[in-house]
Amino acid sequence: MKKLSNFKNNLSKNLQWQNFLPQFFLLLFFCLLIFYFTRNAQINLLARNITSGFDFLSTNSGFDVQFSLIPYDGSFSFGRAYLVGLLNTLLVSFFGIIFASILGFVIGISRLSENLLLSKLSLFYVELFRNLPLILQIFFWYFVVLRNLPSTEKSLILLNFLIVNVQGFYFPKFIFTNFPFVLYGIIFAILTIFLVKYYSNKMFYNTGKYLPVFKLSLVFLILFPLIFSFLGNVGLKFEQAKLIQNFGIFNYVGGVKLVPEFLALLFALSLYTSAFIAENVRAGILSISKGQKEAAKSIGLNNSLSLKLIIIPQALRVIIPPTTNQYLNLVKNSSLAAGIGYPDLTSVFAGTSLSQTGKAIEIIFIVMMTYLSISLFISLILNWYNKKIAFISK
Amino acid sequence: MKIKNLINWSKQNLFSSVFNSLISLFCIYLIIISLPPFIDWAFLSATFEGKLKTDCKTSGACWVFVKVWFEKFTYGFYPVENIWRINLSFLILILSIAASFFVKDKFKIYILFFLIFIFPIIAFILIHGSFGMQIVESREWGGLALTFILAIFGIIFSFPLGVLLALGRRSELPVIKYFSICFIEFWRGIPLITVLFAAAVMFPLLLPADTYVDKTLRIAIGIAIFESAYIAEVVRGGLQSLSKGQYDAAKSLGMGYWKMNIFIILPQAIKTVIPGIANTFIALLKDTPLIVLVGMAEILGMINLAKANPYWLGMAVEGYVFAAAIFWVVSYFLSSYSQKLENKYSTEKK
Repeated sequence: MKKLSNFKNNLSKNLQWQNFLPQFFLLLFFCLLIFYFTRNAQINLLARNITSGFDFLSTNSGFDVQFSLIPYDGSFSFGRAYLVGLLNTLLVSFFGIIFASILGFVIGISRLSENLLLSKLSLFYVELFRNLPLILQIFFWYFVVLRNLPSTEKSLILLNFLIVNVQGFYFPKFIFTNFPFVLYGIIFAILTIFLVKYYSNKMFYNTGKYLPVFKLSLVFLILFPLIFSFLGNVGLKFEQAKLIQNFGIFNYVGGVKLVPEFLALLFALSLYTSAFIAENVRAGILSISKGQKEAAKSIGLNNSLSLKLIIIPQALRVIIPPTTNQYLNLVKNSSLAAGIGYPDLTSVFAGTSLSQTGKAIEIIFIVMMTYLSISLFISLILNWYNKKIAFISK
Repeated sequence: MKIKNLINWSKQNLFSSVFNSLISLFCIYLIIISLPPFIDWAFLSATFEGKLKTDCKTSGACWVFVKVWFEKFTYGFYPVENIWRINLSFLILILSIAASFFVKDKFKIYILFFLIFIFPIIAFILIHGSFGMQIVESREWGGLALTFILAIFGIIFSFPLGVLLALGRRSELPVIKYFSICFIEFWRGIPLITVLFAAAVMFPLLLPADTYVDKTLRIAIGIAIFESAYIAEVVRGGLQSLSKGQYDAAKSLGMGYWKMNIFIILPQAIKTVIPGIANTFIALLKDTPLIVLVGMAEILGMINLAKANPYWLGMAVEGYVFAAAIFWVVSYFLSSYSQKLENKYSTEKK
């Protein structure tokens, strides 16, 4: 008996050592590595006469960027330049995600179409865009398509609305007077929708009937802002870009200008990511067993209703996790902007600012941490959503 | 009879309803406006013969540009008389992969071992030069060869680290587990381009002033570490797919942690994730051209250089189409192969 407990003690001690040592060595190795790197960095920076620290963020940057959402020029600080880059990254990612989702959804459904031509064409689209390196696609859109558009004097004008030339795309600017009233209308509409939804749920529990909440919401969202803008005397004017000749050089002034760098990046990101999303959508819809479709048909749902009520809600559970990954990839891929000089976070901060200040360690650290935070933030939100719609097995 | 069949077929597949017919017409319209002009540009009115830009007189593509620059696009500034060394190393790689299809399962593990541990050394000696061969500094490497070298080295070197990280993530030891999780999530959360910038500009600051690590090597290390996080997640998927019985059985035979993993767990896990590893490699292959942004002369860099050459101005399209064709073919066939493997393994399971 004693022998056995002795043996047990021995064993557990042994196990503890086995557990402790590798962890200890890993920590030791990691700390030594960090110590080694910091020590070298200190020596190197001293030799090159570069001070370390984040003070540079508040000094004047001295460089200009060609596209910015907030006022910025060389007299602003590096901190402001960081903000400009971050906003530009978020801008292109936001629109990229929207376009890629819409395109991906349409193409994914087209791939399953009964129409052979459509499904083969969608297959071609998917295989074409997902098998080409993204940087190549960006270069193609930028250097081959957008840089070869007509010059300013010979701009293409589409529908008297969009002006296209080598400098970029010009949309008319919407100028509102008394704009807050539109916002009030939207807020009022949202509140009404919540009320209707609540009422409809209640009605459903009591009588088994429910209101067409979605259609009503659409009507409210359009109607209320219109009524409010009528009441609040909201005015709307378009400000079209105008052609102005300055020292013999033609230029469009005014309107909303989208630079070709932004457009090239947006096109490439949307098309590339949409090909992957299309595959996710297709896999999601295929994952629904045939029985579900047959059951939907047998209770008398037509094609579009069965798609809306039976297939898509179930398919979404399969589609969303890999699509989240594609959104994350899109945000990370927007850093390829550095290749064509769109002033995103990487090119403004890890490119221009780094070469201006020489503070490689601080700047790379900030850029990496920013991307990491964006990635973690998106995956947190979508994990939460994922949990919400996951099957609750009883 | 045949025409009748065709009409029937198109009635069933293309014009079964009004909506379907509209879609079909739209698709036909799309094909008509895009395909003939492209074929005309790329083949019918393209120029294939010649040595100079002035030889291209037709409106189509000037493939003379690609022909003249072909060597630079594929090998960069690598000395012409030594190009056979690059070719030989790729030949060894292709042969050893091809051999793995024909040998028995028992020997496959040796081929894997050869690819991971011995092949990189042979390839490095061949490409860099040693033992009396002329030394070619890595700054002279370039073109498509550099893209493939970095992608292949990246995947080979990331593999051992990735497997260790995958095991670490499933470890019961808290320090190792959370270290692995942080490591993996960190590298997966940042874009490759920041890693390349870090390797190019920041990494030299972290080493003693008198050591010099070659830029290509720094970038290769950066890519390998970056990729190891992705490999780790793929391998983890394989580890999770194994039943607990495998672990219990190995333990009951008295195997320790390493013995159990090396002989029982990993061989099974890795077999199931080969398609996943292939997909990771394809993704890496498509990401590697990014090195052009840190000033490496890989194929896109060479094209940008060539199109800025005063004798060849305005030839960007041909260069990009050439690069696109190569990447597309490689990536398409690799991915359809990995899909085939995936189907094979998934049917085996059922």
